[in-house]
Amino acid sequence: MGKWFKSGSPWIWMTGGAVSISLIAVLGLLLMIAWRGLSYFWPAEVYQWELNDPDGNRYTLIGEIYDKEEVPTERLISAGHVFKEMPGETVTRYLVKTGNREFVGLDFRWILATDIISRTQPENIAVIERSKNGDFYGYPIAVVEDGKRLALDDIEASFEAHIERAVELNDKAVTLQKSEIGSINYAMEQLRLQERRYELDGQLTEARKAEIAVKQASLQADYLLLEKSFFALRTEAARDSVIIKDMRGEEVVLKLDTILDVTYSNRISLIGKVGHWFVGVGRFISDDPREANTEGGVFPAIFGTVFMVMLMAVIVTPFGVIAAIYLHEYAKKGPVTKMIRIAVINLAGVPSIVYGVFGLGFFVYMFGGTLDQLFYPEALPAPTFGSPGVLWSALTLAILTLPVVIVSTEEGLSRIPSAVRQGSLALGATKAETLWRIVIPMASPAIMTGLILAVARAAGEVAPLMLVGVVKLAPTLPIDMNFPFVHLERKFMHLGFHIYDVGFQSPNVEAARPLVYATSFLLVSVIVSLNLTAIGVRNHLREKYRSLEH
Amino acid sequence: MVTQVIKPDPKAKNLLMGKGSSRRAIQDRLTQVGVTIGGTMVFVALLLIFFYLLYVVKPIFDGAEVTPLVSVDITNNASPALMLGSDEQNEIIYRVSESGQVDFYDAKSGQLIETETLPLPQGAEVVGSATSVASEQRFALGLSNGQMLLAGINFGVTYPNNQRVITPDLRYPAGSAPLTVDGNGSPLNNLVFGYSSDKMSFAYQDQNNLWHLTRQEGEENMMTEEVEWIATTGLITDAPQDVQQRLMTPDQRQLLLRSGDKLFIYNIRDADDISLQQVLELELAKAKVTDVSLLAGASSILVSYDSGLVAQYFQVNGERGRQYQEIRSFDASSSVASVASEFYRKSFVTVSDQGDLTLLYTTSERELFSESFDLKNPKKVGFSPRSNALVVEAGSKLHLFAVENSHPEVSWSAMWSKVWYEGYPEPKFVWQSTSGSDDFEAKLSLMPLAFGTMKAALYAMLFATPLAIAGAIYTAYFMSPKIRSIVKPTIEIMEALPTVILGFLAGLWLAPLIEDNLPGILVLLVLLPLSILATAFLWHNLPGKWKQRLPETYQELMLLPVIIFIGWFSFAISPAIEVAFFHGDSRMFITNELGITFDQRNALVVGIAMGFAVIPTIFSIAEDAVFSVPRHLSNGSLALGATNWQTLTRVVLLTASPGIFSAIMMGLGRAVGETMIVLMATGNTAIMEWSVFEGMRTLAANIAVEMPESAIGSSHYRVLFLAAFVLFIFTFFFNTIAEVVRQRLRERYSSL
Repeated sequence: MGKWFKSGSPWIWMTGGAVSISLIAVLGLLLMIAWRGLSYFWPAEVYQWELNDPDGNRYTLIGEIYDKEEVPTERLISAGHVFKEMPGETVTRYLVKTGNREFVGLDFRWILATDIISRTQPENIAVIERSKNGDFYGYPIAVVEDGKRLALDDIEASFEAHIERAVELNDKAVTLQKSEIGSINYAMEQLRLQERRYELDGQLTEARKAEIAVKQASLQADYLLLEKSFFALRTEAARDSVIIKDMRGEEVVLKLDTILDVTYSNRISLIGKVGHWFVGVGRFISDDPREANTEGGVFPAIFGTVFMVMLMAVIVTPFGVIAAIYLHEYAKKGPVTKMIRIAVINLAGVPSIVYGVFGLGFFVYMFGGTLDQLFYPEALPAPTFGSPGVLWSALTLAILTLPVVIVSTEEGLSRIPSAVRQGSLALGATKAETLWRIVIPMASPAIMTGLILAVARAAGEVAPLMLVGVVKLAPTLPIDMNFPFVHLERKFMHLGFHIYDVGFQSPNVEAARPLVYATSFLLVSVIVSLNLTAIGVRNHLREKYRSLEH
Repeated sequence: MVTQVIKPDPKAKNLLMGKGSSRRAIQDRLTQVGVTIGGTMVFVALLLIFFYLLYVVKPIFDGAEVTPLVSVDITNNASPALMLGSDEQNEIIYRVSESGQVDFYDAKSGQLIETETLPLPQGAEVVGSATSVASEQRFALGLSNGQMLLAGINFGVTYPNNQRVITPDLRYPAGSAPLTVDGNGSPLNNLVFGYSSDKMSFAYQDQNNLWHLTRQEGEENMMTEEVEWIATTGLITDAPQDVQQRLMTPDQRQLLLRSGDKLFIYNIRDADDISLQQVLELELAKAKVTDVSLLAGASSILVSYDSGLVAQYFQVNGERGRQYQEIRSFDASSSVASVASEFYRKSFVTVSDQGDLTLLYTTSERELFSESFDLKNPKKVGFSPRSNALVVEAGSKLHLFAVENSHPEVSWSAMWSKVWYEGYPEPKFVWQSTSGSDDFEAKLSLMPLAFGTMKAALYAMLFATPLAIAGAIYTAYFMSPKIRSIVKPTIEIMEALPTVILGFLAGLWLAPLIEDNLPGILVLLVLLPLSILATAFLWHNLPGKWKQRLPETYQELMLLPVIIFIGWFSFAISPAIEVAFFHGDSRMFITNELGITFDQRNALVVGIAMGFAVIPTIFSIAEDAVFSVPRHLSNGSLALGATNWQTLTRVVLLTASPGIFSAIMMGLGRAVGETMIVLMATGNTAIMEWSVFEGMRTLAANIAVEMPESAIGSSHYRVLFLAAFVLFIFTFFFNTIAEVVRQRLRERYSSL
């Protein structure tokens, strides 16, 4: 044994253990996020429990099992729980999502396995997804159409048909509100600014005033018309309702305009569940968030992230590539080059929040504030570019990711055999021509790699964005149908910030948690796949140049 | 050997460059210039960040600026000044005399605009006058007939024709008719008062030199909505006869009487139960007290001496309850003639007999400004409401000074050493930038934040360094190339994982998990190394034919199932251990039996979560360093008979140690600046405790939390920039060291 220890072999095993632990941590983390994020869309089993409450009364609970844990009995006793018969050392405890938020107060509750009398899975429990107050669980009894209770044999089919109608009407109303009414509001605001601009320039003549007033009046008339049809759609959607028996045994009337979907998860087959899962994923990606971001989809966050990252890529690529070319092709070895190299390393090492602070002070307040005074005096004191926005976020992240592009491009440049360059020069090309025609095309996969890595880095960065442009809920996207179509001064939503906000700032963290896992999975999968692509491109590149050298 | 120089044929040159050669040459030149400029932009960007941060931070260390604006002759008053000041725009200067005459002067022209006198009743004369605290701008006259008059300075602002017009006048909060304070009609000598909309207090000396207190309390009649005033009176029996100065706090709870070098402090919360709270000895060896005044907020007393010393006193909770205590003192050149404090901040100004004007700030202990002006025989000084101007009466002139004093509350010492704040029992490091109340003083000590940053980084490094370095050694030195090519990118991909996700998992998944399974974590820490050793030993003693079944290259993979099993096992037996050793609730055990505070989101959680974020950084660089140790070195060692382990520790690690050091530096740099994980995985309370079960607030997280709500240009904003600057410098330092070390190492390897 002593000899074995002396050989050092146990220590080698220990270092091996360290690798194993790191590996398990990485893979475990990724798997956990994937599992939790993807299972969010899977229709869960809905149970009905008969339970004893502490006073010995029976009550019914309907809901999904959300979590399960083993609790030492002693801890429960010291917390004041009284057991009729002593259970073992630990008791199983379930966290149940009961939904029905507006009727029962708590939409999550812990139940102890010892209190359960029976557990069933009734087939006709409906899980109703709503746009307000979260899910509802219950047994549909009747459909009420326009105040009349319909006597039907097949309630479920009628219920679904009515939901479909209401959802369709609601969709129409939302589209109307977003596109046409939104455009009119935008045009009105532009008119107001125009008037103010004339006023500031001292050119607000009576003729112009009248012209603006005419335009305003016509917009106002359009607006009133649209508003009318909007409200008509809304009332029409709210026409029907459904009567549902909930877990308290009471009959509850739910208006159909807040109901989005109904599923009978205990009944649907495996294939049905798979279908449901895909529909869920699709809606998550394409829908707007609801209920303070804790429900619905993440489309604006995806859009905002992608838009900002693309803008950043456009800014960072030329700078990064030029800097790398300078360092590798032009710079002579000396203190200046050394200093630039140290600067690159430091840019990569400076905490991201420092970039945020710099961006806020320099870009937003100083640069943006000056822009406002020069070009948007009519909107002042309301800032246009002088407040955090997507352009400033992209610029800030461009500085942050600059070293990534530089390092990667430079690596690519160094892999191009010098014989290729010398060949070009020997044939009479200038250095610039060699660069444009030979070196850069050959290095383009490396530039691509750097760009992908920069995008991956930027997509996951949150801290600086919290200061320079991200918000929890942006009313409008940075791109819309109103001239000039691209609005770089607007604030935007971001997947990473969405995770922080929903996970830590929302009122009902428990209800929001699965959504955060789903968002995390989306973000992680995007970033990991970007990184894997970059690694792939790089490896391919290495192989290619290795063959060139021989 | 003869060197043959071949001159190129001019034709050949023409051939090479071809037509338009000059255009191509220019193009070539332009590209070079463009690329060079582009390349240096990186350096410029870094410099820009550095200097911009510095540019925002710098003003907080600038002193104040006091510049004389105008001097005004006091035209029609012989009575000494009671109160001086100006309006908010510094356009009108006012002077209230002890006899109750108020003069308003135009600050631009120096002309007397208006003189107002209080309507004294027939036959009465002024026997005592007093002022409120500076911010209230009120004064009161005690009359010989037992009545008093209370007045306030008021500036009405109107905008006729879009032009600002300021009209000064007097306001009578207690009515313009004299208010009877002493029912017996005895004179109100040495009057002092306190006023709020529903309560007034007056303390005075009657003709027999006895001190009285009269309090009027208003109660609104529910029916008529009229205010009825009910008076209570009290006699202060143990008051000194000879009183030079008297002060009342604006909350009307304390009366301060100075007699010589003694300050008598009375509790006057109840008018009929007045008690002497404390007698404060102000005596100093070689100095005499010249003045006592209240600092803004009225929690502190400023005592000035004829030696030029100004001492600050405030109440500190001690054995005998709250007692005034000397906190700090300032040296304001020669004998102080007058002291005035700002309306809302803790700055004050002193004017000496020689005309030295000194601007000081109590909490930050800063002398902001000190200069001698031509002020002969100075008498009184007063601040303007926005603290951007000073009015000084010297000789028979009023002098208006412009004051530029933006960030007095911040000083290097206030940020990095303990500060004794009002209401605190002792000097402390406190970060508390905002509060709900109005007269709140921001406490901007960076120490707790720097401490929190260090603590978070330390725990993260404690967790990450051993794992990452051991892992790097194994991957680089012992692992087969095939597995290495999978393992290395897998661990490195962790680096790309957004920290917001790590933070989210740490805060919402790991923190409750650790809280519920504390014994399990403990067991895991012990079992993990033991199980690895046990596996190794078993493997060592396994008969050869078993060993052969598993190819040697996959030997290390054997540990994976073992570790997963141990991990599961530790958590599975956690409740059982909890029942057996910790009375079923380890968290309660820690809090109650061990007396340790336990936060759910604590340093342990941060250490693990941030450790994970740092592992790939350290791993990647250290692995590169170990891997690029030239093989002939280790081969030589092995050939000389050293074991694998001996070669590793004596040859390979020694050679690679600068690289490993550089890896740790890089990791530390990352841990120090990490924001999201700390933000989400700790409670973000700015405490200074090393305990692993308590949280912290780091510089980075603090910026993320407070930056969006700080006003541009405020001290708070600039201090947050300073925090960013500190982070910048910190990481700059670590990264530069790491990079320089790495460059050296590369040179050394290439020579080996």
